[in-house]
Amino acid sequence: MLKSKTFVKKTRSGGVMKIVREHYLRDDIWCGSEACTICKQESTVLEKDACSDSTICPYPHYLIPDTNVVLHQIDVLEDPVIRNVIILQTVLQEVRHRSAPIYKRLKDIIHEKEKHFYTFTNEHHRDTFIEREPGESANDRNDRAIRTSADWYGQHLKTAGPDGLKVVLLTNDQGNKQKAEESGLLVHRFEEYIKSLIAHPELVDRLALSNDDKNEITSSKVLFPEHLPLSRIQAGIKAGSFLQGTFRASRDNYLEATVFIQGESEDGTEVLIQGLQNLNRAVHQDVVALQLLPRNQWVAPSSVVLQDEGAAKDDNGDEEDEGKVLISTAETARKPTGKVVGIIKRNWRPFCGMLNVSQIKESTRHLFTPADRRIPRIRIETRQASTLAGQRIMVAIDGWPKDSRYPNGHFVRSLGNAGEKDTEQEVLLLEHDVPHQAFSQAVLSYLPKMPWAITPEDMEKREDLRNLTVCSVDPPGCTDIDDALHCRELENGNLEVGVHIADVSHFIRPGNALDREAANRGTTVYLCGKRIDMVPELLSSNLCSLQSTVDRLAFSCIWEMTHEAEILKTRFTKSVINSKASLTYAEAQMRIDDTTKNDSITKNLRGLNKLAKILKRRRIEKGALTLSSLEVRFHMDSETHDPIDLQTKELQETNSMVEEFMLLANISVAQKIYDEFSECALLRKHPAPPPSNYDILMKAAKSKHVDIHTDSAKALADSLDVARVDGFPYFNTLLRILATRCMMQAVYFCSGMDSDFHHYGLASPIYTHFTSPIRRYADIIVHRLLAVAIGADSTYPDLMDKQKQSALCNNLNYRHKMAQYAQRSSVAFHTQLFFKNRGILNEEGFVLFVRKNAIIVLIPKFGLEGTVFFDSKDKTGPKLVFDEEGPTLMVEQHTFHIFDKVKVTISLDDTNIQHQKIRMSLIHPVIPGVSVSASDIEPQTKKPRLDH
Amino acid sequence: MAGLELLSDQGYRLDGRKASELRKVQARMGVFAQADGSAYLEQGNTKALAVVYGPHEIRGSRSRALHDRAVINCQYSMATFSTAERKRRPHGDRKSTEMSLHLKQTFEAAVMTQLFPRSQIDIYVKILQSDGGNYSVCVNAATLAVIDAGIPMRDYVCACTVGFVDETPLADLCYAEESGRVSSLALALLPRGGQIALLQMDARLHQDHLETLIEAAMTACKGVSKVLDEVVRQHLQEASVLTGE
Ligand SMILES: [Zn+2]
Repeated sequence: MLKSKTFVKKTRSGGVMKIVREHYLRDDIWCGSEACTICKQESTVLEKDACSDSTICPYPHYLIPDTNVVLHQIDVLEDPVIRNVIILQTVLQEVRHRSAPIYKRLKDIIHEKEKHFYTFTNEHHRDTFIEREPGESANDRNDRAIRTSADWYGQHLKTAGPDGLKVVLLTNDQGNKQKAEESGLLVHRFEEYIKSLIAHPELVDRLALSNDDKNEITSSKVLFPEHLPLSRIQAGIKAGSFLQGTFRASRDNYLEATVFIQGESEDGTEVLIQGLQNLNRAVHQDVVALQLLPRNQWVAPSSVVLQDEGAAKDDNGDEEDEGKVLISTAETARKPTGKVVGIIKRNWRPFCGMLNVSQIKESTRHLFTPADRRIPRIRIETRQASTLAGQRIMVAIDGWPKDSRYPNGHFVRSLGNAGEKDTEQEVLLLEHDVPHQAFSQAVLSYLPKMPWAITPEDMEKREDLRNLTVCSVDPPGCTDIDDALHCRELENGNLEVGVHIADVSHFIRPGNALDREAANRGTTVYLCGKRIDMVPELLSSNLCSLQSTVDRLAFSCIWEMTHEAEILKTRFTKSVINSKASLTYAEAQMRIDDTTKNDSITKNLRGLNKLAKILKRRRIEKGALTLSSLEVRFHMDSETHDPIDLQTKELQETNSMVEEFMLLANISVAQKIYDEFSECALLRKHPAPPPSNYDILMKAAKSKHVDIHTDSAKALADSLDVARVDGFPYFNTLLRILATRCMMQAVYFCSGMDSDFHHYGLASPIYTHFTSPIRRYADIIVHRLLAVAIGADSTYPDLMDKQKQSALCNNLNYRHKMAQYAQRSSVAFHTQLFFKNRGILNEEGFVLFVRKNAIIVLIPKFGLEGTVFFDSKDKTGPKLVFDEEGPTLMVEQHTFHIFDKVKVTISLDDTNIQHQKIRMSLIHPVIPGVSVSASDIEPQTKKPRLDH
Repeated sequence: MAGLELLSDQGYRLDGRKASELRKVQARMGVFAQADGSAYLEQGNTKALAVVYGPHEIRGSRSRALHDRAVINCQYSMATFSTAERKRRPHGDRKSTEMSLHLKQTFEAAVMTQLFPRSQIDIYVKILQSDGGNYSVCVNAATLAVIDAGIPMRDYVCACTVGFVDETPLADLCYAEESGRVSSLALALLPRGGQIALLQMDARLHQDHLETLIEAAMTACKGVSKVLDEVVRQHLQEASVLTGE
């Protein structure tokens, strides 16, 4: 029952609605301190001996930060040094409203036991609740609530422990600090306090700049127009005088950007912005308000490459070249042009990059160059510049005052030395937004307790399939085994085939921290030599992994088939299996081929293989595409983890055997969940590409007198099959690689939000992902849907909510795309390492594309693609004639076509530390003045320099 | 924008209650002298007035009379000023008609109607201010009014709304909680015997959770019955002082 004696009505007015809410005050909210003898609390969070090495607070104390300190200084608060902190409910709620990412980080800290962060529900405590006074702003009221709580704690803990405990309020708000001092509280500015921790000087660099500091380091001259307040922006948007959109900076020109307007209007969906003044401090991905310029001031996109480089520019001058970019172009090329008048929402994240150390030796102000060229350089203050030079570091933007040429930021952390493998890996994960931190305590708390065993209750609800000869076939070294198979002859002469998938949804229950983390990560990311798990290792490599000779929980899809692979019956069941063998593709292949072997596992495999071949043939007859992309594998040195060899992945028959049954299971499950939940089945579709996508493929084929039909997937598949050129065995593969590039991206979607389900590449009317729940979150949702469909598990509201599911699909599609990019970057980086160690190589390759000023060459041996440029910045280039119809490129006397065989040298261009790349130069055919001879490679005299 | 956090990590709800705590209940019986029975009840910010007439002869068509028990006639309405936006139709809309029917069913299960064959009992309930749990508050107010009218009942009927958030049942939802994404159910209970007079649920909820939720609702109803019992005893005491007994 209620303990509260009084209640206060809280009236909140919003618009014309008056909302009356009850607000109960309690006297059973405890202080959370171990030293307290008054409160009747069962467990405590704050330590008794809360010592710290602060020189200005040389007594045991707890910290109470205000909202702005949490919002701006979360980087410092996360440090293990900062412990015993009281987070007031007022602060927590304000943070929640102001920034979702910081709120999540704060909650993670609170969950971490070693941090001793305590949440005090002050708004419902009888002694600390205050009412807003007439004329008081909401902010002032909250500041007062924070001071009241700090005061209460001070009084409350006076008697705690032998000498009492003190609380220190941390705020950067001058007014708040003054009021706190007047009422006798211990209060310090956050910077002041951190600087007083003399044992931890490294924390100082990580402080975000507060307003006062910014004023110190910038001149008084106003460089940019003022941003309009939000109220005027909103009024302007409503009136149609302003437009709202997402700001996208240009990669090649730092004085240019485009803004995508969100709205219905067809024509003006993209607005060009040129010049520093007009860009007005907007940063890539910000949501901005802009005003269109009069038509006579419209300009065309420049084709000039302009990078902001060199020494820091003075805030006072040299804007002559930056004020505007003068380009005279034809009237027709002009596009709607505008200027940024205000920022609606900043989308700043910490950025990776490197420091340009200031030439002035004593200076503590330095410029930071982000790895992403679309982000402006950031000015930071640090005393460790000499240490940080040459390192990859992370920097967060704190603000961009109108009198500063660059945004101001602060150092967050160092990622390590540039060019080192671990550092570069970290950079590419961060830049591709791949969540890769260690799993938080809150997440780990939802793991099953070890030692884990299957309980009798589990067994009761599941089918016992441990007697079946189940085995798994995977790439070598695979520890997260999602799937296993079996095949046996039934008494009636038919075959029973089972696909058994790790039952991850048994361990990951909807809505808990573990589930939310997995949903956010979306997929496991595989980089060269490293795996970033979607779920903690205990699940991915142990409890969920279907290893051999141990009992594991599985979700099984079991068919009864004829020997001609006609499906007679399909059923799904939760089960317990005991795999008899974990094989690699090669091992499985050897068993199938070795006629002397006749054990049950081998027979099993042969049965599966036979059926898979029939299934595959049938699928291809229906028009499924078999496309090609070269995947490379690095052989890593086992000690240094450097790549020592590079080869394209070889596919074995058993690869396609496993794949075939996974496809079948996915299709069967897709059908089942769609039948059961027509509105909220999570499916995967692959749209047919628009016909224009095939232009390049058709042109390329035609140049070799081969016809490609693209009317349907079937027609395409058939024409690819017969495409042969005598004396050119690699032609077909090249053609398939080109065809792959024409395809659209396959995506997840919710069946209730879409009407087109077709999977073009697989020629299947419906498809989903069911077979890899350890490494893909979509599969977990599909498992849950299927479990509900067969009555094996319970449902929950979000599973049946198509809006929520659609939002989830968007995240999954985004994460998959980013994972793919991260993977490519990782391969690219390892390729560079490989060539760095090799020096310069001469290889044969084929022309894959022809561009205006370059050819793109594929080296089959390495699966490597590179560009041979024919124009250069410094010297006058050769005469180039580009014919779009071919497409062909004439360089001096020689004409390049797609599929031409060429010989190139490959070397690493590391003149730019942040953007190293593979460079290719032509050796054969010999074109005077263009090609190089194998030995005559341009020596790399240029010193490595920092880019931009 | 982040929605409202219905249950904080520390276990407190929006208004500061813990999951199983009820709102503050205050009630008075016998607020109108003209009626046979009446009561005014506040459960948090939801306020209801209940008036009972009867048992009396059937009014209107005689054919409605039942030969073995009394007819219960319920009418539910909401004051035009009861919600944040002024209500257009105080009664007679579909929701009110449905609510009237639910109240009728509830009291048919509780009132000993067989004692008054061929007669009629009228129960009128008006929500004066609405802040969630309208049905439950009406039932609780009407129970007091029926007792005030001296009509015998098997037991108090107590009702409560419960919701399910983060795997935790929340008792006695307020409006902010009801309008959030919560699966809620309303339950009317005869606490002593533990019989359910009415159970109503519109949202989707998995069968596995139903039992937990009903259990929480029953506990909450028993809590309500304690409060009502106190009100009745208090009222009797005051009445007996007045009559000098
Ligand atoms: Zn205490």
